[in-house]
Formats: sequence, structure tokens, C-alpha cells
Amino acid sequence: MSPRPTTSPRFLDAGEAALVVEFGSVVDPAVSDRVLCLDEILAASQINGIRELVPTYRSLMIHYDPLRIRREALVAAVEDTLTAAPAHRRASTHWIVPCCYEEPHGEDLAELAAIAGLPPADVAALHSGATYRVYMYGFAPGFTYLGGLPEAIAVSRRSTPRPPHEPKAVTVGGGLSAIGTFSMPTGWYVVGRTPEKFYAPERSRAFLLEPGDTLRFEPIDSTTFEGLHARAEAGEVVARTEEP
Amino acid sequence: MTPKLKILAAGPGCTVQDEGRHGLLRYGVTGAGPMDPFAHAVANRALGNPRGAAAIEVSLGGLELTAENDPITVALAGGAFAISLDGQDLPPAVVVTVQPESTLKIRGGPGGAWCYLAVPGGLDVPLMLGSASTHTRTGIGGIDGRALRAGDRIAAPASGRPVVAAGRIDVPALDRPADTIRVIMGPQADSFSADQIERFLAGPWTVSTRGDRMACFLQGPTLTHARGYNIVSDGIAMGAIQVPGEGQPIVLMADRQSTGGYPKIATIIGADLGRLAQARPGTSFRFRRVEHAEAVDARQAEHDLLAGPIAVEPVIRTTFPSEFLLGLNLIDGCVDGLADA
Repeated sequence: MSPRPTTSPRFLDAGEAALVVEFGSVVDPAVSDRVLCLDEILAASQINGIRELVPTYRSLMIHYDPLRIRREALVAAVEDTLTAAPAHRRASTHWIVPCCYEEPHGEDLAELAAIAGLPPADVAALHSGATYRVYMYGFAPGFTYLGGLPEAIAVSRRSTPRPPHEPKAVTVGGGLSAIGTFSMPTGWYVVGRTPEKFYAPERSRAFLLEPGDTLRFEPIDSTTFEGLHARAEAGEVVARTEEP
Repeated sequence: MTPKLKILAAGPGCTVQDEGRHGLLRYGVTGAGPMDPFAHAVANRALGNPRGAAAIEVSLGGLELTAENDPITVALAGGAFAISLDGQDLPPAVVVTVQPESTLKIRGGPGGAWCYLAVPGGLDVPLMLGSASTHTRTGIGGIDGRALRAGDRIAAPASGRPVVAAGRIDVPALDRPADTIRVIMGPQADSFSADQIERFLAGPWTVSTRGDRMACFLQGPTLTHARGYNIVSDGIAMGAIQVPGEGQPIVLMADRQSTGGYPKIATIIGADLGRLAQARPGTSFRFRRVEHAEAVDARQAEHDLLAGPIAVEPVIRTTFPSEFLLGLNLIDGCVDGLADA
């Protein structure tokens, strides 16, 4: 973990029932560490009146009941936490996520390769060779934003969205990668598809990834994809964890 | 046999909502819940329910239903909707018992955009991810994650016993004109220069025809950003007023996404969320900036009102068979049950 920055966060009101604790204005692992550290300590603190915590790249949104805890008391509790608590986060989990880059799954791989000026096989190799950090969820249930995309394929988003992709699409855009859980139009490039269900409300563990986890994509062929896809749809977890 | 509400006809956008889905915003799961949390709570509290019990949110598309197996007492509260039971007009905020074979019709009336129908003990809808609230975009909650349609049956298992005397719900606070909506500035008010904030507060703003449970689009003076309109995504509270590139604000409501990347100039206070939600397209209003303490006071006042019993102007009978209703003057909401008795 990088040394803990010492600058004070900003406290921003999002109405009278949500407080944003903002540690920075950029996507950066050190800023994310501070967000997740506060998230973890507050989640364990059981401070009366805190209703829900939403970690994002650079801030933690604290939804609270202002009739149970005054804003000033909440700010003081957060400041105490930041001063007193060690900057240790729980050990993050490292995931191996199977991903098929072949047709028909990596439907935009060739388009992305043309923009990056690389052979499509190199794009897949670069994408699967990197280690990603789960920064945050957003957009839709189970949709994760991943940092750590190699510079060579860190392209901008499309100027206009493409038609809806399949659920479980692995995408690249805006300098990040992402795992989409629902079929939807996107401004990102679909480079592959994972058989894993990262949103499975019927499964006892509906969500697998925690913000701060790391992952790597493991290339699989389309025959392997079909097998794992069937198992995942039947409720099995087909992504694996290992020591980072 | 469990008493059930049977939907006879449903316009678009009628859904089951409880107080919303909490604790999963961090996994990208929308909270959903009622557009007008106050009116939803009033309907529940009129029956003695917890304020967040599962109820039906009726859109301007309207709803028709009947009771199956047993009479079902319902409470209705929200906008000034046109309510009738077997052709007999009822006040827009009312407690009434629906007999099997009777037809309760709920239609858009002179004002408001949402009406809530509660039953004693709440509707029995399976919880999904901890809540009965429907989020149609992701197919979560309610009846198969979708809006209600004709033929749906929803169990109201605790409705056998009448909990309160039937009559008109007397909550003057339900009538909330949307001429002024109170906001707390931020979280990204610093993305706008002082003159743009003045412009935002001067308005006036008009509710656009484009809007749904996710967002309310506003039309008015164009706002410009001090330093571009892309920010690194952060959390979104209900009532957040984001300003995208074209400079026309969008108020993010119950079905909003959990995070987003446009600057949020201000946030509507909790007590005024329903005021905006009930404003129909074409409604013109201004925002008024308040401090945190005023927003908390307003929230406390709502909380206190909902903590006690909700006044229901009583009639002598505890149920409303249609022949009894026919003998009452219920037109225009000016029923006085005691005087009639």
C-alpha cells in the first residue's frame, strides 16, 4: 500500500441526508485506498444513524439519518476515524476471471485494434496480461469499473453509443476496463465476454467482487466459454481466487 | 383463502414500492422506493402500518382493481387523483373497503402525478435483495420486476380486520404546491461560478414532458460550468440536481443510478422531494437555497407528523358497502360522516 496521504478530505453535502467525504479529484490507487479504508472502518463502527456507504474512485458517500446523527457529529466521527485509525484495509482478494476474446464474444476487438494500431491478438494479450483493480460499482447492479488498463489500449469512449451488447460483456473505454452485467447500449468497446455472473440475485452471494479487489482475465476459447457459461447460469461460481 | 387485490386495468408505470432497497448502492443496485415518500408513508400510516410498508404506486396512467376472496380495506394518498368505487366519487385521500365484485378506479385528477394505495399490514410481495420495491430497468422486485398489468393478483394477507374507521384522510400537508422547491447547494456547487448559481436560483424552471421515475428534466436558463462538465464519477443522492453539458438540469429521483459523472449543483431537501415528484410537466417553479438546519427541521416535522396517528375523519361504519356509500355525500371530498350520521 502506498504511504497514506495526509491532506484533509473535503466534506460536501448531498442534501441533508448524505455526506460526501472527498479525498481527491482523480482516479488514483492511493486516493481509492483512503476511500476504502474509511469505508471499511465506518462499516465496522456501527455508528448510530449511518444508513449506507457508497465508495467511489475518489470519495465515500455516507447516507445517514440526520434525525439520528447530527451532521457535525458525523463529520467529527469521520475526522476521528481518519486521525486515529491505522490505514489498514482488509486483505483484498485476487480473482482469475475467465474471458473469451474470440468471435462472437469479442465483437469490437478488431475495431479497438484498428484504433490502437495493433493486431487484434495483441489487444487480447495486453488486456489479459494486466492486473486490474476494482475501483467501484455503478451504472447497473454488478457493473464494475476496473483500473489498470495498459496504456497501449487505453482509448477514449465512442462519440456515440453502439447497440446493446450481451450481458457479461468485458469492455474497454475512457482509459478503463469494465464488466457489464446487463444487456445495454454502451460507448465502450466490447473486447470479450466472461461466463461468470457478477450479478446473481438468486445466488446466496449475489456479488463476488469487493471494491479494492484485484483481478486478471484468463483467455478461454469459445468451447470452454459455453461450458463455463452453462455452469455459471446454473449457480456455480466459475471465477477463481488465488494469492496475488 | 388469502385476500388479494386483483388488478383489472393498469396504465403504464404503476409499481409495488416499499421504502426502498437499502445497503446495495455500493454494488450498483438502485434504491427505488416511492417517488413521493411522504404520501406513501401517509397512506401506510392511515392504516397503522409502518411507514415503509409495501404499497402500490399509481401513475397518471391510472389503475382499476377489485378484492378477491375477502373485502380489503385500502388507504389512498398522494396527488389530487380522481378516485371512485363502483362509480361513486371519493376524496383523493381516503380509507375505504373494497368488496369482492366492487371496482375501485384510480385516475389522474386535477393535480399531482402519483397516488399510493396501501393495505393493512402491507402487500405480501416476495422480497428481492431485501426489498419489495420495483426497479423495472433492472427487473428487480415487485411483481417479476415489472410494472403492474391486468390480471395481476397481490396478496393482502392482513386485510381481514378493519384497522381504522373508513373516511377521508385529513392531512393538509399532502397539498404541497410546487411553486418553490428547497435545495441545499452542492455537492459540486463549486463547478459553477457565482453568477451561474444566481441564475440557477433565479430560474424559473419548468418540468419537462420528458421524465420518469429515474429523472425529472427541467427547462429554463442555460447553465454553464466553470471547468467543464465531466467529473470523476461519485455517489448520487435522491434529489441531486445534475447539470450535463447542454446546461439544462436533471433531477435524479427514486430510480436513479447509484453513481454518476456530471456536476451536481444542488440537492433537493428530503421534505420537498414529493413536492417535485408530484409536479406535472409544464409546472413552473423556483429553487430556494436553504441551510442544512432548515432541511433537518422540515424532515423532523414530517417525521413527527407520521409518528402519531393519521387523522381519518370518521364515519360510523367501519366498512363501506357500496349501498352505504351511495347514501353518503362523498362528492368533492367534503364528506362529514358525523354530521350525516
